Amino acid sequence: MDQAEFLFQILLPVLMEGMIVTIKLIVFTAPFGLILGILVAVGRVYGSKPISLLCKGAVGFIKGTPLLLMLFILYFGLPSIGITLSAFVASLVGFIMCNGAYNSEYIRGAISSIKEGQIIAAQALGMTRMQAVRHIILPQALIRAIPGLSNEFIYLIKYSSLAYMLTVIELTGAGKMVATKYFEFTEVFMIVGIGYLILVTITTIAVMLIERKVAVPGMTQSGRNMLDIL
Amino acid sequence: MENNETILKVKNIHKSFGDLEVLKGVSFEVKKGETICFIGPSGTGKSTLLRCINLLTQPDQGSVWLGDAEVTNSGKNINHFRQKIGMVFQNFFLFDHLTAIRNVEIALIKVRGMKPKEAREKALEELRQVGMEEWAEHYPAELSGGQAQRVSIARALAMDPDVILFDEPTSALDPELTREVLEVMKKLALAGMTMLVVTHEMGFACSVANRIMFMEHGEIKEQGSPEELMSDTKFERCKNFIGQFDQINGD
Repeated sequence: MDQAEFLFQILLPVLMEGMIVTIKLIVFTAPFGLILGILVAVGRVYGSKPISLLCKGAVGFIKGTPLLLMLFILYFGLPSIGITLSAFVASLVGFIMCNGAYNSEYIRGAISSIKEGQIIAAQALGMTRMQAVRHIILPQALIRAIPGLSNEFIYLIKYSSLAYMLTVIELTGAGKMVATKYFEFTEVFMIVGIGYLILVTITTIAVMLIERKVAVPGMTQSGRNMLDIL
Repeated sequence: MENNETILKVKNIHKSFGDLEVLKGVSFEVKKGETICFIGPSGTGKSTLLRCINLLTQPDQGSVWLGDAEVTNSGKNINHFRQKIGMVFQNFFLFDHLTAIRNVEIALIKVRGMKPKEAREKALEELRQVGMEEWAEHYPAELSGGQAQRVSIARALAMDPDVILFDEPTSALDPELTREVLEVMKKLALAGMTMLVVTHEMGFACSVANRIMFMEHGEIKEQGSPEELMSDTKFERCKNFIGQFDQINGD
């Protein structure tokens, strides 16, 4: 069996299947992670004291424990209290919690960077605090949080490989199977690495395009400049 | 215009920040169509007074009445009153992520529930009033200070307020930009808008105001018409204050 045959007949088809699972994990996690991040950030900054503390505590807990540990609890631990999740769903839940917690920190930072006059002006026009947050503060905060959020998205691409530890055969898991069977570790894992690199590169370019699209004069210049360099 | 109908009543407003008593019982009434200018040294509670009127700052004591309705103690209803009491800020506070026209129309859509098309028309009309129609699609960062302030006046006007509060609207502007903003305000005053203006622009106060209130140490120390200010002896302290200005300006 020559190298080309191994690569095209055996390795790539398996990796493609794994890649699809990886993409599914990412695509299902990201929107919920973003929504969770927004809710937690707003809860922390504008919520009542108990809500703010709850959000802070939850974020602290998630930031303070390894993601792998959380995945183990979700998959191996929860059945003991009667909640049985499939490996894929358990991974999703873990990723969404982790992604949401970190996203909330980026969004919280962006919210606190917005001058108080913005919310005062909105309230002076008769907006409730929540209307002001929704229509004035959040749009600005999200624009400013894009670099942080995209960073977190890139982390997500990479830590999605942890799902393999719960028996989800995603990109890394698929590579591991082939590598073990054919004893071709270096070659296989390099190609798996290239797979992640492609995903991250696509993300990076997409983020630049988004940044350019939402760029507001005086608020953001980075997107435009970075794309010019490319 | 001069129908003597009292539109705003401020009764005995007190406000302290910690140990510092900023307002020590301020009372006055405003008739429909009147322009009142508040002058006086910085840090004497003029801006705080304005913010107490639409409850951006909660007064410790006293009440504010718009027409026959009490603004203070209005609970959730405060947002209704804030639509009727416009406010223009020293640093404009335009919404940075929205174009000029979006700045003007957003409250119409989100607060008043107006249809986007209707709101756009109204917003354009308000921008036209302040001479900013051509800049409708520009973002705040692309506007000069004077232009930004005129947009913020249009934003306040769009809500069809009964009163507009101006909190040092020209203090962040150079003399030329100050003039363009004051001209818009003068036009509004002549059109019968009720306005409370905290300002250091004595020229504007003397030519446009119906009444001038001189504030110091959290109280209205002296008040009267511009003519009284210029001739009467009752504005002794105030004249002293303005005189200091003149010396610096070399007038």
